[in-house]
Amino acid sequence: MSIDANVQIQLAEFSLEVELKLAEGEVLAVLGPNGSGKSTLLRALSGLQAIDRGVIKIHDVVVDDTEHSIFLMPERRQIGVMFQSSELFDNLSVLENVAFGLRARGAKRNVARANAAEWLQRFSLDQFAQRRPTSLSGGQAQRVALARALATNPNLLLLDEPTSALDIRAKAEIRRDLLRLRQQRPVTTLLVTHDPLDAFALADRVIVLEEGRIVQSGALDDVASHPRSRHIADMVGLSLVRGEVRDGALTTPSGARLVVPADSPSGLSVASIRPASVSLHRAEPEGSARNAWSMTVTDIDRHPERVRARLTGPIPLLAELTPAGAEALALTVGDTIWASVKASEVTVTPDLGA
Amino acid sequence: MAVSFLALIGPIAAACSSSQPASTSTTPGGNLSGPLTVSAAASLQAAFTDIKAAFELAYPDVTVTVNFGASSTLAQQIKDGAPVDVFASADEANMAKVSDARLLSDQPTLFATNSLEIIVRKGNPTKISVLSDLSRSGLIYVTCASEVPIGKYGAQVLQKAGVTVKPASLEPDVKGIVTKVTSGEADAGIVYATDITATNGAADGVPIPAEINVTAKYPIAPIATSTHTEAAAAWIAFVAGANGQAILQSYGFKAP
Amino acid sequence: MTRQQRNRRRAVALQRPPAAIIAIAAVAIAFFALPFLGLLWRVPWTDAWSLLTTQSSLTALRLSVTTSLWATALSIAFGVPLAWVLARYGFPGRRIVRALCLLSLVLPPVVGGVALFAAYGRRGLLGESLFEWFGLRLPFSTAGVVLAQTFIAMPFLVLTVEAALRGLDNRSEDAARTLGASRWYAFRRVTLPAIRPALIAGAVLAWARALGEFGATITFAGNFPGRTQTMPLSVYLALESNPGQALVLSVVMIGISFGVLLSLRDQWLGGSAEMRSSR
Repeated sequence: MSIDANVQIQLAEFSLEVELKLAEGEVLAVLGPNGSGKSTLLRALSGLQAIDRGVIKIHDVVVDDTEHSIFLMPERRQIGVMFQSSELFDNLSVLENVAFGLRARGAKRNVARANAAEWLQRFSLDQFAQRRPTSLSGGQAQRVALARALATNPNLLLLDEPTSALDIRAKAEIRRDLLRLRQQRPVTTLLVTHDPLDAFALADRVIVLEEGRIVQSGALDDVASHPRSRHIADMVGLSLVRGEVRDGALTTPSGARLVVPADSPSGLSVASIRPASVSLHRAEPEGSARNAWSMTVTDIDRHPERVRARLTGPIPLLAELTPAGAEALALTVGDTIWASVKASEVTVTPDLGA
Repeated sequence: MAVSFLALIGPIAAACSSSQPASTSTTPGGNLSGPLTVSAAASLQAAFTDIKAAFELAYPDVTVTVNFGASSTLAQQIKDGAPVDVFASADEANMAKVSDARLLSDQPTLFATNSLEIIVRKGNPTKISVLSDLSRSGLIYVTCASEVPIGKYGAQVLQKAGVTVKPASLEPDVKGIVTKVTSGEADAGIVYATDITATNGAADGVPIPAEINVTAKYPIAPIATSTHTEAAAAWIAFVAGANGQAILQSYGFKAP
Repeated sequence: MTRQQRNRRRAVALQRPPAAIIAIAAVAIAFFALPFLGLLWRVPWTDAWSLLTTQSSLTALRLSVTTSLWATALSIAFGVPLAWVLARYGFPGRRIVRALCLLSLVLPPVVGGVALFAAYGRRGLLGESLFEWFGLRLPFSTAGVVLAQTFIAMPFLVLTVEAALRGLDNRSEDAARTLGASRWYAFRRVTLPAIRPALIAGAVLAWARALGEFGATITFAGNFPGRTQTMPLSVYLALESNPGQALVLSVVMIGISFGVLLSLRDQWLGGSAEMRSSR
């Protein structure tokens, strides 16, 4: 086991109780709304937050054990952490930032710098080596932060909301870098996020935290398609479509076609569609929506504010309507109905599981 | 100080009725009024504080403010236009500075003399008995700069005795010397005999033989810019008169 | 008037405070400026150079520069760790300790000098032992001047640095820790550079205060040319014997302090807060 942790933390009006295990090289996404305790969990693993009870083992090294009063300071845990707001050191150049970890561990300046330069090259950041972090864009800064976290060869990579402060384009770049890293040299990774797309892009497995407890865990697709609570549904209740993207369209293994944004990268991908972007019609829709399929309603989940319908057909979908909309359509289980999605509402990320 | 003051109240109260008209050249006591500012040498602090109380008993409508400091400082303040009515100096040189600036409205009157003593820490732990002990190595001697009367007098005494002393500090005024010795930071200094009396036993005095001692002469004079000339004259007369002299002598001053 | 000029005028007018405020501020400025103008007016300029280069002036100047720089160095060496503890380390009685350490800021310096006697004087709490064991005597020595100046000046540095440390969040230090930096290494390479503007501002304020220190110095260290007679003491004593020299020395001190305050760019004085908001 690369991580074997049993963490209990009692804060003022909040308690965290989590058990988790990660296999060597595994990527686990911790999903949850703000205040669910996911960042606290990450800080506990990194040693920045003391735990009240429990044991944390990283790579078979006990770093925290309240029973036996063992506590390893963060600097002795062989971890790499990437924070939401990069936290680069403004007084150091990009190169010195990446070299910082090795220098802190006693490496000679030129050795550390040579190593840092290699990492920058690996992430195609070498042209920024002598720049100050303040002159970088958010995405560039975050990629430097990733290089910096990896430069010390950590046993465990902890990513705290790595993309949440970035724009769509920068998000995609970070995901691409993390993906490449996974393929080239897998590092056991814990990814804390509230953006399910991060998880879809990178994680093998997810756990969902709510109010300091794990409320659901398992493979991504399972959690996404069978959210165990309203809350999870809101957060990860996306329709996922796997397939191969070519020439602006994704083709599923069964042969169905989904038009995606024109600039989507080609290759094996996961397309995600938010339920609210799915429109339902009694007749075949005309006009700009090029994604339209005839579907069967298999399930309806009625809620005072929203109605969710599960549809089967060429591409299984979740659709969300207002109660009035559902009323107007006279939606019932077993109906045949047209569903449409605008291409611009489809988000494509490279597929990991493939 | 309180004890000596109370002891003096009796005779003064008696003096007010009998001898007071003789001591004032102008109208009898009660008619004078207004504020009076006196600048007096630091060594006069204790004595003049008592004299102020006695004077105000005799002249209830006069409010006296006494400003104590090094005579050189006070002289400079007067030259700079300080609103002072009377100046009492611890030496004639500083009185002369004010006189040279044509700021006196009358000739100075000598009202007291003072002799010098060696001030030593309480109980004399460094066992100083003669002036030459002051040049002992490791002994901390403090004095004032030569512009300050006590600094000049101290240097004169040491010169007469043929003793060379390296001072640790040149204090701004005589109170600085006293403070440094009573606090135990300095071992000795040369000050007025009256200063040692005023410490109430916090420091001890070692007499200096009369043949090499310096007599400090205290002149007093009214200031030309004063608008309270009558009260100023009354103060000077009071200090020079029987009541003032009695108080001064209780603090170790001698008659001129 | 071109439209552009008009617009610029309007922009200036928009930012201008009410006339009453400007008038009161002008009074305040005059209040500060007049004494210095008066001083300049009184200086005997024809003799200024010869008065300044007299042996006694140069001695006092040299002593002042040396002691104030020592006091600044000591203030940094002890003040930064003190500020760190006050800003970051929550221990019981922290507020009392802070008040204690900043007391000399509001104390009359003469009282400070007397208090220094009580502690470091020959018969003081610590001074007695220092004297008996090491023969070390602080009063009447140049070291005593440095001690008095440090006592009065260090709170300026502590206040400034503590405020900067409080304004700084822990996240940069946390990041450094996860990269393998010990607390000390993180402080040296991450925290210290981040508070550098405040540190410089605090050190300059402390230095200026040490340079002008009078009350505690004359009380604790006495006054002796070349050993304990710093510029302010020299000015005070020369006021009686040689007013011209006193005025020239005052002008030199004002010149030095004014130059330093001018060189302190706004960003140093307003330091860390500004930097953070721009991030």
